[in-house]
Amino acid sequence: MDAESLPYALDLVAGSGAGLSSEKRAALRASLLLLRRDYRFERVRFWGRIQGIRGPYYIAEGLGGDRAGPRSRLYSLNCVEWSLLPPATEEMITQTAGLKGRFQGDPSYEYDPTEKKGEENERIYEEEGGPMIKEEIRLVAIIDQIDKAVGIVPRGAFVKTPLGPVHENRNFEGLSLTEAKKLNSYFHFTEPVNLKNRTLLQKADLDPSIDFLDSLEHDIPKAPLLFQSWVLLPHSALAMHLSPDPQQLWPFLSWTPSTLLSQPFQPEASLPSQDRASLEQRLSKLRGSWSIQLERGGSLVVLRSLLWPGLTFYHVPMTKQYGYIYVGTGEKNIDLPFML
Amino acid sequence: KMHLSYSPLPNVMETAFYFEQAGVGLSMDENYHIFLALKQLVSMQPIQTCRFWGKILGLEMNYIVAEVEYREGEEEEETEEEEVIEEGGKEGSEEEDEEKEDEPPKSTYKSPPVVPKEENRTGTNKFIYFVCNEPGKPWVKLPPVTPVQIVAARKIKKFFTGRLDAPIVSYPPFPGNEANYLRAQIARISAGTQISPLGFYQFGEEEGDEEEEGGAGRDTYEENPDFETISVMELVDSLSNWVHHVQNILMQGRCSWINPSQKSEEEEEEGEEEEKAEEPDEPQPEVGPPLLTPLSEDAEIQNIPPWTSQLSTNLVPQYAIAVLQSNLWPGAYSYAIGKKFDNIYLGWGHKYSPDNYSPSMPPPVQTEYPSGPEITEMNDPTVEEEQALKAAQEEALAAAEEMDEMEEEEDEDEDD
Repeated sequence: MDAESLPYALDLVAGSGAGLSSEKRAALRASLLLLRRDYRFERVRFWGRIQGIRGPYYIAEGLGGDRAGPRSRLYSLNCVEWSLLPPATEEMITQTAGLKGRFQGDPSYEYDPTEKKGEENERIYEEEGGPMIKEEIRLVAIIDQIDKAVGIVPRGAFVKTPLGPVHENRNFEGLSLTEAKKLNSYFHFTEPVNLKNRTLLQKADLDPSIDFLDSLEHDIPKAPLLFQSWVLLPHSALAMHLSPDPQQLWPFLSWTPSTLLSQPFQPEASLPSQDRASLEQRLSKLRGSWSIQLERGGSLVVLRSLLWPGLTFYHVPMTKQYGYIYVGTGEKNIDLPFML
Repeated sequence: KMHLSYSPLPNVMETAFYFEQAGVGLSMDENYHIFLALKQLVSMQPIQTCRFWGKILGLEMNYIVAEVEYREGEEEEETEEEEVIEEGGKEGSEEEDEEKEDEPPKSTYKSPPVVPKEENRTGTNKFIYFVCNEPGKPWVKLPPVTPVQIVAARKIKKFFTGRLDAPIVSYPPFPGNEANYLRAQIARISAGTQISPLGFYQFGEEEGDEEEEGGAGRDTYEENPDFETISVMELVDSLSNWVHHVQNILMQGRCSWINPSQKSEEEEEEGEEEEKAEEPDEPQPEVGPPLLTPLSEDAEIQNIPPWTSQLSTNLVPQYAIAVLQSNLWPGAYSYAIGKKFDNIYLGWGHKYSPDNYSPSMPPPVQTEYPSGPEITEMNDPTVEEEQALKAAQEEALAAAEEMDEMEEEEDEDEDD
């Protein structure tokens, strides 16, 4: 969330239970301003707080002129002194992919990836050499993953200029209440993946200047498909029915047993009719990996991510106010398909 | 005349202020709304003590949870008990109608005895919980929790939707709907994370008998009038300065172990005398950590300490408060300063596990009767085979007779 609106915005996301103490708020107000001056950012945002075992990390990010350009991220242990984090690279993400568990709270803590079971992991790390991974690197990778996966903005808030750079849309007056309740009014603010796969019919309704990002509608897990596979055989059938995109499927596959059943089955026959009816009723309201709620009598829309619990996005309909913050442990909720 | 000196209404704003120092809590507006909602609850129900337990997030709506104790003697009677399994009764009546006809032998299977739930005001049902979706909406009382529900809740992990009547579709099947699952999770969270500084609570006067039935430990506590406050630094440094003041839930799903196969009280009394001669099938009584166990005894989660303790501020240590966060139930926070302390839960309502959740496997296929010659079907012999066998037997008989005759002749010869 933008540093300028921080105190007000913190109140709006407080419904999730996590906030900042008055000491941290006061410190942030001053230090974010100083960051902007020192690093010459055009905008500074308070990204959130990752709770380590021994202490929290406070994360801020700064943007330059092109809002879709690379962002600088900084971390602090006390909201006063900030250190710049290196930009995230693919290598970092693959290195830290196998690390599980909580953050320690100490940026120089070193993880030993060779402790992990699995021959594949050991082979990879042996090839690269230098097995110890610092927590700082893991921090960078996780922040990048979270932002790419669940960093969202309302539709129309950003506009892509003909020359390429992305700017805030000064004509954006906010989503209407009906629009705000729909998942397709929100976009992931990252390189689009599904945009090109849309049919021509769908593309006809899009406005290329504002619809240049992926909407949340196609986020997996897609609830209805999931339920059918889930009923009879939880882990083995799950893999068959999820989207075929391997990159998104990998986290859910990593724990499946090696013996996957390959024959099809009829899930409809297994449920008695009353359960099926109530299930369908429930499914129609489920949205997969997001929870949309209207708070304060409809004057505030809050989206909470279920895949990365702790990410809260808020938007006040018919106004320009929106933002998101991540307050959590920095771990993905890999059990999501079972929990829906 | 209004008694303003004592009111069961908790001072939610004061608690919210302290939690805000820790960086935890809802917005002040929401806290005030909850304050007023609790005031409404207290005025409508005969309540002795009331506490804002926390907020559980859900998919469509959230739950605001209040922990309440009724006044002595004011408890409402159980009006409806949901009968989950009514099929047993129906089958019995149908079978009686068909008794005259031939029917297959009845199954001698008796389901294992159900562990009875704990009485109100004891164990897991010590407090009554009320929930509402938003402050201002009517408070709904959650039903008491049964051990079966707690055991099942341990095996599943589902998000709450926000509607109390939503079904829980899971494997193993959860005996109840969302209201029961919510109540079970609240019970588990309370048992795991409700803590107080050491010495604040103490046990009442000893009741003497140590050899109680089932080995139940003490389950009541009272405030210690001679409580000496522990300094904030000590509270943060050492986990042994905090204790759990809610009873631990055993594997059985209750706080006090009970042997489910004991039927009536009379039989129990006889059973006590014969306790020494226990049948080998008798289940072993389960023992858990007693009440007021310090946190230093809590198990680690794969090298992660179960609690993270911090001071609320390093800049002004003389006014700092001690804050504890649970790593086992993320979302459970506690603070303490001087004689004030409180616990709160703000989260999704699930336990933390570093490993992925794996649903339980279905039970193994029941073994069949071992195959052997006595049950293996064999073809009946054909007519030709029977005749051949008969012919062979006659031959053998004739041969045997000849042998006998020859032996007799030999004997006769020898005699001469």
